[in-house]
Amino acid sequence: MIDYPAVVQYYEPWWIQIIKAIVIFAIILQLQPILIVGERKLLGRFQGRYGPNRVGPYGLATPLADIIKLATKEQFRPDTSIGWMFALAPVISVLTAVGAIAIIPFGDTQDIFGTDVGLYGIDVSVGPLFVFAMGAVAFYGIMLGGFSSGSKYSFLGAMRAAAQLISYEVAQGLALVGVIMTSQTLSLTEIVHAQEGMWYFIPQFLGFLIFLVASFAETNRAPFDLVEADAEIVGGYFTEYGGTRFTSYLFAEYINMCVVCLIMVTVFFGGWLLPFGINPPGWVDPFVVLAKTSVFLIFFIWIRATLPRLRYDQLMSFGWKILLPLATLNTLATAVIIVVTD
Amino acid sequence: MSWHPGDEHVTVMRPPAPGAAGGTYRVFAETMRGLKTTFSRVVEGVHTLQYPEQKTAVYPRFRGRHRLHKFEDTGLEKCVGCSLCAAACPADCIRVVAAENTPDTRVSAGERYAAVYEINLSRCIFCGYCEVACPFDAITMGNDYEMSDYQRSDLIFTKEMLLAEPVERTPLRADGE
Repeated sequence: MIDYPAVVQYYEPWWIQIIKAIVIFAIILQLQPILIVGERKLLGRFQGRYGPNRVGPYGLATPLADIIKLATKEQFRPDTSIGWMFALAPVISVLTAVGAIAIIPFGDTQDIFGTDVGLYGIDVSVGPLFVFAMGAVAFYGIMLGGFSSGSKYSFLGAMRAAAQLISYEVAQGLALVGVIMTSQTLSLTEIVHAQEGMWYFIPQFLGFLIFLVASFAETNRAPFDLVEADAEIVGGYFTEYGGTRFTSYLFAEYINMCVVCLIMVTVFFGGWLLPFGINPPGWVDPFVVLAKTSVFLIFFIWIRATLPRLRYDQLMSFGWKILLPLATLNTLATAVIIVVTD
Repeated sequence: MSWHPGDEHVTVMRPPAPGAAGGTYRVFAETMRGLKTTFSRVVEGVHTLQYPEQKTAVYPRFRGRHRLHKFEDTGLEKCVGCSLCAAACPADCIRVVAAENTPDTRVSAGERYAAVYEINLSRCIFCGYCEVACPFDAITMGNDYEMSDYQRSDLIFTKEMLLAEPVERTPLRADGE
């Protein structure tokens, strides 16, 4: 049994909390343009072309041009839409996406100028539950956006999003239960500390695979991007959105992608830990986390370049008939092993 | 009384129902194969030309923008203003107004010359019939394919523009390339 200590063993003044929040938010937000241009360039490479390479050196200023274009567009709202909901929905999406970052540990507690600072927004004692709570609220952003647009395509997209997110959240949550049982804690920093012997993707390999697949569905990425299937329902829930509101949805999608990758790294790939007994100084930790995350982000893009979109009934039967039983079996087997070996 | 199919019936062969464990395994293997395919594209490198910097070399018989020619030794225009090209043109984009050569002003080698020779490139379909129709090889199809402009009136090429050398040479493919 792991003797887990109280979660917060130190006191942080309020101003450190604020500084941490701003720094983490700024860094994650600055990652999004890099991620967007990186995705477009990688997709190009996967298709035998360069991708954007005109604006700035190597096309790195392309997202800036995109933002200027989108931000200077007219704020447009259809007559049939419900005004306040239409404006609120993208805000919900962005807030929940950013909120989930608050609990991701980028490193251990560091001694910075005599003050103990944890390299994470906040270490809640219900880590994964907080993430799933944020994911569940994020779904309102999509649902309200599609519902209030007053367009059939938006509405269909929102309905698909509702069904898809609910179906895959179950499997995603169950896949994490195995890890939580093994580490005997819900705090993400404690989960990372519990992986010092072995990263959890080895004993929980099935759980990792299930979590990976469910994450694609949760973030509406290909091949599970039925929510925004442009061939059938134009753009899904954000069909009627344009300008900065559309940008908000776009950012929310990419931040969500970052969040699931960060969670995967934290829970299955040992967060800031390095293998082979390498123990670098504390300031390296965030870079380790970001490096591991970028590997998963590249994998997300690779999958997007490879797999075609699933049919709707395939999506549902895959989620309920394969992923959910597998996740349940994984949880059961883990429980049995823990009880037997304990 | 319901219809009875009789003793003879046809057996239909169907693939295994989707969603079974075997199907999942097959999907997994196919996914891996797909990932390999896309990754080998990355290894292979890019196949695109960066257009404004790198231009596609055209074949010698490529039909680009027209050119009018002069005799190299005398400097006289080859065009005698016969309007055969205008008659052959299916898009009706060539306008020729002929004038007589006088002993003082001698423009072409023949009896007459083209006082006005205009090609409306926004109508031209680059069929090359004008080149075929010309009895003196005065008009030929060049290799220039960059002809976009901001105004339609700028696409009406006059005789001076057609006689002049192109500003930028279009790359030409060597024989056998």
